[in-house]
Parts: sequence; C-alpha cells; structure tokens
Amino acid sequence: MRYAMAIDTKKCVGCSDCVVACQTENNVPHGYCRDWIVENVAGSYPNVEIEIRSERCNHCDNSPCVRCCPTGASHIIEGGIVKVTHNECIGCGACIQSCPYDARYSHPDGYVDKCTFCDHRLAKGQSTACVEVCPTNCLYFGDLEDPNSDVSKALKNREWKVLAPEAGTKPQLYFLT
Amino acid sequence: MKEELFISGRNIPNIDPYLNIWHWQIPIYLYLGGLAAGIMFFAGYFTIMRKEKDMETAVKWAPFLVPAALVLGLFALFLDLKHQLYFWRLYTTIRLESPMSWGAWTLMFVTPLSMVWVASYMKELFPKWDWKFDILNKAEALAIKYRKSMAWAMMLLAVVLGVYTGILLSAFNARPLWNTSVLGILFLTSGLSTGLAATMWMSKSKYERKVLSRLDLIMIGIELFLIIHMLMGFLAASEVQIEAAHLFLGGEFTVVFWVFVIILGLVFPAVLEILELKGHHVPVWIPALLILIGGLVFRFVMVEAGQITRFLY
Repeated sequence: MRYAMAIDTKKCVGCSDCVVACQTENNVPHGYCRDWIVENVAGSYPNVEIEIRSERCNHCDNSPCVRCCPTGASHIIEGGIVKVTHNECIGCGACIQSCPYDARYSHPDGYVDKCTFCDHRLAKGQSTACVEVCPTNCLYFGDLEDPNSDVSKALKNREWKVLAPEAGTKPQLYFLT
Repeated sequence: MKEELFISGRNIPNIDPYLNIWHWQIPIYLYLGGLAAGIMFFAGYFTIMRKEKDMETAVKWAPFLVPAALVLGLFALFLDLKHQLYFWRLYTTIRLESPMSWGAWTLMFVTPLSMVWVASYMKELFPKWDWKFDILNKAEALAIKYRKSMAWAMMLLAVVLGVYTGILLSAFNARPLWNTSVLGILFLTSGLSTGLAATMWMSKSKYERKVLSRLDLIMIGIELFLIIHMLMGFLAASEVQIEAAHLFLGGEFTVVFWVFVIILGLVFPAVLEILELKGHHVPVWIPALLILIGGLVFRFVMVEAGQITRFLY
C-alpha cells in the first residue's frame, strides 16, 4: 500500500476549502495550518501564467524528517504516511529544518505537527477531509499500488510533476499540469 | 517577472516567510560544544605526549572550562526545545541516522568524563582540597591511574563532538547553505582553534603560549582553507547552493561574515600571533579574544543564514 495524492492544478481555484476543512477536522490551532494554497504567477502581462496548488506534507518515500528525528517520534505507518507521536517529540525542530517543503510546524503545545493524510478517517473507510470538501473535485487520493484508485486513474491520463524532485525525498504529492 | 504568493493566508510563526526555528540557543550550544572539544582534545594530546609539566594550563587548568561549557551548552539546548518535559526521550532510543541522537549520546559520555578529568587534578592543583568521603578518594586514585586511557578517550570523543556540531547542520539537505560535508571538519577546526585561544589566554608560561599559538596558527590556516573550499564548492553546485554562497558574496551576510569572521576573527589574530612569535610584544588576550568572538559570530552567521536558504519550486 502506498497512499498518495494528486492535485489538478488546472481545476484548483484556490478557494482554501481544503485548508479550512483540515483545520476543522484536525483541531489545528488558530493561526496554523497543515495544508495551504500556493498561487504561482509567472510571466508578465499579457503573457501571464498562473498555477494554483493545494499543498501539504508530501509523505515522502525517502523522508529526511524521519531520518533526522533523535527520538523516533517521527515515523512511517502503513501506506507510507509520515506521522509524529506527540509524547515522544521533544520539539527540537530538526524535522522542521529537514523538510524541503516546510510542511511541519511547531504546535503551540510544544510538539511538532503536520498533515497525517487523515489516517483516523482512512481507518473508518473515509477519504481525507480536504478531498471530501473540495468543490471542484481537483484532489485525488488513494493507493498508488491499486490501479483502480482515484489517484492512480488521475495519474494515468495526465501529465504530472512533483515539487523539488532534486531534493531527493521522493515526494508523494503529484501535481497534474 | 516571476513571483509566488501564498493566498491561503498561511503565515505560520517561525516558518513563513522564511524559516526561523532555531534562534540564539543553537549557535551558542554549537560554539560551546566546539570550545569544549578543542580544550579536551589538546588536554588529551599533551597528556599522551607526556607534556603535562610543560603544558600545565592545557592539561590541568583549561579543562575546568569544559564541564562548565558543556553544561551551559546543554542548558541552551534545553531552552531551545519546545516540548521540554519530554527531553528524556532522547535517551530512550539510539537512532544512528539522526545526528542529534549521536550528539545527545556523545554528550552523555563526554560531560561526565570531563568532570572526572578535572576531579583527578583537584588535589594536585589545590593541595588543601579534601574529598571528605573515602569512596571518593578511592575513585580519585582510580582516575589518576587510568589518566592515559582517559586522555585517549577524550581526544576521540572531542573529535566526535567537534565534528558533530557541524554535521548537525550539514545533515539537512533542505537547507542548501548547511548541506556541505565540509561543515563537519570546518566546525571541528574552528572548535580546536577557539579551544587553543582560551587555553592560551589562561596560560602564564611563555613556552606554553608559544606552542599553543603555533598550533593555533595552523588551525587558522586550515580554517581559512576550508572556508574557501566550502564557498568554491557552493559556487560549483546547483542553483540553490550558488544562491546560498551569494549570501556571503554580496548578500545580506557579506559584511558580518567577512569583517567579523574572516578579518577580525581569523586573519587579524593570525597576524598578531605571527608578530608575537617574531618577538614583538602583543598582549595575549587580544588575539585570543578575537578568535573566541570570531568563532561565536561564525556559528551565529551559519545558523541564521542557513535557515534562509531553501529549495525553490
């Protein structure tokens, strides 16, 4: 099993519903977020291109945050999801430094927090909160090893890219272009 | 024109717009760790070379600074932790892939070792000293008997500690300025140099100061070479590292790096030490203090600047 997410940058309108849904579902403290929107504008008028991306933890296959954690609080669970055990985290910040995507933040309670791919919802057979609420259906989630999963089907028919592949972390967010 | 905007209102403290997770505590800790490593290394070295008599400060007096530096450094590190009550989790596991785990365990051995070393010289340096308890006297006798083994262990652990202060940073590939293997050996050299400077300052013997100052000149030479080596490596690497190097070559850290680290922290004290060796009278505290400050500024610059550099996408 290998959970992954595909984000259709042509369909995303940047409404931030995924951000709010995540904050609500996961009780993210005020002023913080586990997923966010990036609006990338390139070129100069009238030749302007815009790309909107819903970003979150990439749940990398080769995750530097798990490797650098001195206590083992950062770990990988089934499906390749990178998680943090709160009462093992000492808040040293090493994993925050190690992430090329700046996907982790220091929770006001002290431990480090991040996207969990809503593993508590997956256990109940539901999809992630961000995917469920997306009004344009631009987020696809599922098991990459299952050819019939939403994410596998989305990746089969479209061109895609990952962010900063040169960082060597083998990220698992795929941006359909 | 190319610009990138966050429109979700993401503005997480200490992460946006650029990372600033590690503050003054980390450079202080790295500096004190390097300083302690430097003093310990040469205390061990001169003991093994049987120079205890000639190099009394390096072997017997300067090591008093080591436990103090390590305890202060560890306290700074503790202040940096955001989930402080769980710090003991460091010692419930050994994680070979994590430099911080290596560091935590190294300090676990180095700190007591440095204390035993100091304790083994207490009676010799302070004849009126009394351990009060018989068991402590026996422990002292044991420590004195195994001083040479301790010296070897101190040299070895000092190298691990010194290199670790650099690897702690260089292991992060997400921060291009830190992601260079030169950093481990560079921080070790800088630590050895600051250790020598502190010892030199404490020493009252002319002969000892001369030996230490010669060694320090070698360290400064190596350090300058490694810094140039590091910058050349960056300029020959990928875009993110070229940009990282430009923080020191025209960017916002240029002045503080070249003035306080290179000129006042390395070149000027080296010139003063050469003048002193040539027979001119230079008060020893001037080059020593400059080297100590230069090393501290260097740690601050590297930690601060490194957090600004990142992958672009």
